[in-house]
Amino acid sequence: MSRKIRKRIAAKPKVKARVFAALGDKTRLSIVARLCSGQPASISQLADDSKLTRQAITKHLGVLERAGIVRSSQAGRERIFQFERAPIESLQQYLASVSKQWDQTLARLKSHVEK
Amino acid sequence: MGSVIEKRLELRAPISRVWRAITDHREFGEWFKVKLDGSFIPGQVSRGQITYPGYEHVTWEARIEKMEPERLFSFTWPYAQSFEKTDKPTDYSHAPRTLVEFRLEPIPGGTLLILTESGFDSIPADWRPEAFRRNDGGWTEQMKNIESHVTQNP
Repeated sequence: MSRKIRKRIAAKPKVKARVFAALGDKTRLSIVARLCSGQPASISQLADDSKLTRQAITKHLGVLERAGIVRSSQAGRERIFQFERAPIESLQQYLASVSKQWDQTLARLKSHVEK
Repeated sequence: MGSVIEKRLELRAPISRVWRAITDHREFGEWFKVKLDGSFIPGQVSRGQITYPGYEHVTWEARIEKMEPERLFSFTWPYAQSFEKTDKPTDYSHAPRTLVEFRLEPIPGGTLLILTESGFDSIPADWRPEAFRRNDGGWTEQMKNIESHVTQNP
């Protein structure tokens, strides 16, 4: 599943991986925080850890999976969800580089107005 | 909007001085390192040529959004897929755009500048430079950075 989604994200320009949008939600961030320790979890385990219903958890996991942030596999009757590092790491690096550029640009503005 | 870059900077200069530095196109060009064709006018596209060493081949293009004197200056600009040298001028017509806002507030002894850039969630993953897609850095220690970026504007 995840491999297919990642391929789609990489190959088709029209398929937008809305990683930022997927992370711009406190519940989904908390699911990511729970899964990013590396320990996979089932929907019921994630529901037990939070105040949310299984349906709500399932919906949020769907958003995260479509953005490629988590991937799932079937284990018996349960679906197990696992954190996928690559999309968030690439995002983080991208933001960090934009942020660094602004630091340099604003430093020039500062010396420009303070001279 | 899922993410915002925010920078706060205290400047030892009066607000009128800072306003001029960010909205007069010649002054803007001096510190931003761009040679602009003309004045900033809300609703109009501003064009010019980057003067930053090594990037002189890059075209600057932005659409000026708001100019509220001594309070807010904003523009949207296209996200460039790469800054590699080509023979043709950069075509930004289909590029996703982000919003840049400069907000000014008077503080004792000067001006507080709050810069934000937002709208990164409109940028498809495959538009990001290759360099940002491959990496094997640690995730865990970066979680805090990401979280502060994304929770600033949930």
